[in-house]
Amino acid sequence: MKYVKHALLLAIASLLCGCNLVVMSPSGDIAQQQSDLIIYSTILMLIVVLPVMALTVFFAIKYRASNKDAAYEPDWHHSTSLEMVIWAVPMAIILCLAGLTWVATHRLDPYQPLTRISEDQPVDETVEPLVIQVVAMDWKWLFVYPQYGIAAVNEAAAPVDRPIKFEITSTTVMNSFYVPALAGQIYAMPGMQTELNAVINKAGDYKGFSANYSGAGFSHMDFRFHGVDTGGFDAWVEKVRAEGKSELGRTQFLSLDQKSIDHPVTYYTAVDQELWGAILNQCVDSSKLCQNDMMMVDALGGGGIEGLTMRDIFAGICSSDDPAGLLTGIQRANAETAPQSERKMTLVQLDGEGLGLLDALKTRQTN
Amino acid sequence: MAGEALAHVDYSRWDPIFGKLGWDIFPFYEPVVLATFIGVVIGGMALLGALTYFRLWGYLWKEWFTSIDHKKIGIMYMVLALVMLVRGFADALLMRVQQAWAASGGTGYLDSHHYDQIFTAHGMIMIFFVAMPFVTGFMNYVMPLQIGARDVAFPFLNNFSFWLTTSGAILVMISLFVGEFSTAGWLAYPPLSGLEFSPSVGVDYYIWALQIAGIGTTLSGINLIVTIVKMRAPGMDYMKMPVFCWTTLCTNILIVATFPILTATLALLTADRYLGTHFFTSDMGGSPMMYVNLIWIWGHPEVYILTLPVFGIFSEVVPTFTGKRLFGYTSMVYATAVIMILSYLVWLHHFFTMGAGADVNSFFGITTMVISIPTGAKLFNWLFTLYKGRIRFEVPMLWTIGFMLTFVIGGMTGVLLAVPPADYVLHNSLFLIAHFHNVIIGGVVFGVFAGISYWFPKAFGFKLDPFWGKVSFWCWLVGFYLAFMPLYVLGLMGVTRRLSQFEDTIYAGYFITALLGALLIACGIGAFLLQLFVSIRNREKLKDTTGDPWGTGRTLEWATSSPPPYYNFAFTPKVHQIDAWWHMKKAGYVRPTEGFEPIHMPKYTGTGVILTIFITGMGFALVWHIWWLALVTFILALAYGIDHTFNYKRDYYVQPDEVAAIEGERTKLLSSGGNA
Amino acid sequence: MMTTQTSPEAIDFYVRETHHDGEEHHHEPGTLLGFWIYLMSDCLIFGTLFATYAVLGRNFAAGPSPADLFEIDMILVSTFMLLFSSITYGFSVLRMHKGDLRGTQLWLIVTGLFGLAFLGLEIKEFTHLWHVGATPMASAFLSSFYTLVGTHGLHVTAGCIWLFVLLAQLQIHGITRENKRRVMCLSMFWHFLDLIWIGVFSFVYLAGVTV
Repeated sequence: MKYVKHALLLAIASLLCGCNLVVMSPSGDIAQQQSDLIIYSTILMLIVVLPVMALTVFFAIKYRASNKDAAYEPDWHHSTSLEMVIWAVPMAIILCLAGLTWVATHRLDPYQPLTRISEDQPVDETVEPLVIQVVAMDWKWLFVYPQYGIAAVNEAAAPVDRPIKFEITSTTVMNSFYVPALAGQIYAMPGMQTELNAVINKAGDYKGFSANYSGAGFSHMDFRFHGVDTGGFDAWVEKVRAEGKSELGRTQFLSLDQKSIDHPVTYYTAVDQELWGAILNQCVDSSKLCQNDMMMVDALGGGGIEGLTMRDIFAGICSSDDPAGLLTGIQRANAETAPQSERKMTLVQLDGEGLGLLDALKTRQTN
Repeated sequence: MAGEALAHVDYSRWDPIFGKLGWDIFPFYEPVVLATFIGVVIGGMALLGALTYFRLWGYLWKEWFTSIDHKKIGIMYMVLALVMLVRGFADALLMRVQQAWAASGGTGYLDSHHYDQIFTAHGMIMIFFVAMPFVTGFMNYVMPLQIGARDVAFPFLNNFSFWLTTSGAILVMISLFVGEFSTAGWLAYPPLSGLEFSPSVGVDYYIWALQIAGIGTTLSGINLIVTIVKMRAPGMDYMKMPVFCWTTLCTNILIVATFPILTATLALLTADRYLGTHFFTSDMGGSPMMYVNLIWIWGHPEVYILTLPVFGIFSEVVPTFTGKRLFGYTSMVYATAVIMILSYLVWLHHFFTMGAGADVNSFFGITTMVISIPTGAKLFNWLFTLYKGRIRFEVPMLWTIGFMLTFVIGGMTGVLLAVPPADYVLHNSLFLIAHFHNVIIGGVVFGVFAGISYWFPKAFGFKLDPFWGKVSFWCWLVGFYLAFMPLYVLGLMGVTRRLSQFEDTIYAGYFITALLGALLIACGIGAFLLQLFVSIRNREKLKDTTGDPWGTGRTLEWATSSPPPYYNFAFTPKVHQIDAWWHMKKAGYVRPTEGFEPIHMPKYTGTGVILTIFITGMGFALVWHIWWLALVTFILALAYGIDHTFNYKRDYYVQPDEVAAIEGERTKLLSSGGNA
Repeated sequence: MMTTQTSPEAIDFYVRETHHDGEEHHHEPGTLLGFWIYLMSDCLIFGTLFATYAVLGRNFAAGPSPADLFEIDMILVSTFMLLFSSITYGFSVLRMHKGDLRGTQLWLIVTGLFGLAFLGLEIKEFTHLWHVGATPMASAFLSSFYTLVGTHGLHVTAGCIWLFVLLAQLQIHGITRENKRRVMCLSMFWHFLDLIWIGVFSFVYLAGVTV
């Protein structure tokens, strides 16, 4: 009993406090606009919700059976004018809200580059946005800074008032990248890239996490996001370089990509230039054909029967100048080494000559 | 640590006889589950023992399990829902305790593997095996009575649908003790629900339970549509149907138009897991995003499948307890139809954050808001039915007023979530959890309890004890606010859903408050069960001799006795205007006491039960990859089903003297009630 | 609006069922309507599979495309098998309406044989593809292809089983009201599968080899 009383008091106290509503008082301009939108929409809806609630209570009391003074009209069931109001009022409000939604959704589209830093500060066109590549893994976050050639696990930093462009993907399942103080969330999905443009306006140490359940380690899949001034950011970059345990290449990435819960903050001094593309195309393990190569082959009409067993012959086709020509070349190389009659519906193995021709073709194409 | 989910059982093993089964699948290593298991076994043995001791098996089999009477099937649906409500609510309590504990500093008592199973089971059970059977039960019980029919269009199919739903529920319950349940969330998004990330049998239990129950739901949907279209009493045009029948019609159209999508989607997920196809994998051309789209194309209408029938319930309760005709019947009907259609055009609002363009997101945001217009119209219609009424605050009416006040809040937060940029910050947060519990508890659950207390005297011949009903109502109402208002706040504090661990203790107060709310709801459920008990004990005192226990019934179910005879109406009623029974009373209708004619009725059959036993066995065998058993049970089910089609004698005539005897009893009862 | 002043005798509140022979017909249109609604729900399953094929059908995973795999001549033959079976089913229904049991059964058998021939060709196609290595596991295109075509094939299989069961029932009971209803239901089912196949043929096979 005593515990219950204690808990109740604690509950009431913390409810009254209400000072930690990070969603309603964020530190980034995008999140700020999103929270404003919540308030405007709520006010708009209260115009109809409050009267309904008040009327419900009022009617319920006034027309209670014990109140014999109240009017009773058992057959009154229709009033055209009242029904017009019933439909028109919500419609009018939804019309306003729909307009608001259309405008706000386009203005706050996470893919759009920022147009302002804060309410009274437009974007400085000369400042290049900070690109942060975000990789959701089981169950940790990797942040790659391509402009600085560094990477960090479970910790990110960004200078105050500089636009940030997040490029987001996942190596495993669907997650959602969310720093409430900074901006709304966006999904991180394997084999795909989503984007989020945002800016942090106040220095501080913020919490970020996955907002989409992703399995056993989900509860611990969070990170710190530091909003720092320019000097602080340079210092952070230096710190990463200094304290980094190694560079981040394919090997290190593959070992990082193992399941782990509550992974400690880890820094990488340098990052393989090709790594991001490989992560995004799910071919960090170079034995796998990259998604972009695969999609290029598919767009050109598929890799034929031989593609079933020899997918890797298409590696690199996407980065070639003339993918269609290369594909034709590969297929010709294939055809020359197999009798025409067996081209269709038959498994054809490239022999040494064909592979040599193919390599020559690829070299010519990529040079 | 990472492998804790897989540590206990190696699900990659396979044996030709036992599939993936092995002694280690029983969760003996887990004290909480073991204790529950022992409890359930003892309780189950006691129940079975009691049934045997009191020789109730024959009665249950003959009068209930094999029954194709829509009223009995309706009641069985309600019982199933109630049992599963207890299970689903136990899961809710476990989660509330874990979160309150973990948020107060500590790790709580559940590891993530168990916590994840619990929230997955909670969501799935509450939707499929609580809310669905509740509304299906109402539609089954009430609708044929309201349209003056003697049964549904396909009575055997009705029995079979019920048992399929039960089969799904049984599979989920088995997963508690044999193996484990899914940890992939109630909608099992791939790739997480794929074989690579969920190698255990959990997702397979989920798939087969849902697949079997879903097919039952589709069949029941077809059945009820045909019933309404073909079997309305003479004179009952569509625009003279009670609103509950309208919502039933729209609901079942939604069921038939969406559950096949669920069936297909689950089948594709099954293929991915069992065959290694690439529908929803993230490589080889598969698209996990397609699953999310497909599941919500079913999932959003599903929300309306749950809410439309309870809107119907409220539309029956309000006129009865205001003694007044429903305001704006026509706009009520149109609002229902509009909601039905619009519910198809909003699915993407469940994943604005997937990165679709602003045009797409705003389109789906706006269509979602548009639904609030007909929903708002409905609320206004109930509101103006109160206006100039004579409101009696009987228990069903209390639930209704509670609903009206609570539901608008849920509706408002729902529209808020429909604004894409607002959704970016609220999506997947506890704000969202609070929102949908706000509409599902404040809407569906309140409606279900309103309906139970409203129609209970019709079904059983005595009213429910009002005192315990009121206690239950207040516990639920206060408990709901206590449990979910803190969740709204937590959502605004940036707390996301499905967390079992917390790093700081600033959320403690909110989670403890929510736990208290959940405990209060537990009291509400307890009070309801107590209400059943007390009412059964005092049934003579609470007896309804009139058939119209509230005195102001308006629709045809009140025209017959309580409980109705198995043939519902000795004579098929003829309808002249809306609120047929009200009209009959006003016009001085005299109940016919002679001149009875033979009544054509279907015979009871055990086919549904037996088929379901085979199908459940097949589901279990498929979960555990016991291929021979799956094949054998499939062939048995097929053969038995075909055998059933060779039975051409499925109906009989109730002879006039039997009808006369039953109606004579009622005549006596009516006159005794009149004298008392 | 009817007033409440009307005298009770003037309003007839219940039906006197003088002809309960007529009442037995009561359920029949219900069965056909119910079956039709079931077909629509089945149509949605196919709709989902078609949509899946539309989304994934060009994701070859650097493997074969329809042009590499489909032998359109064979498919055309099996298409005609199914089309003929619909026509022969029609003949069967015509015989049934004439009350000719033997004729009904004969045409049903012919229909069933066409159905089996169709299935045989489909199995042949699938085994051939499988041997080449174009399994459902090879790419999203092949997954969705096998599922769409295979689901149709499963329906035809079910239809054939039903058809032979119905033959037995016709043999036992003759052309009764129940059997007529069942023949009409299977007829709807059979023509429905034909329609779906037209969709599969044009959308999967024709479009696949011409694009």
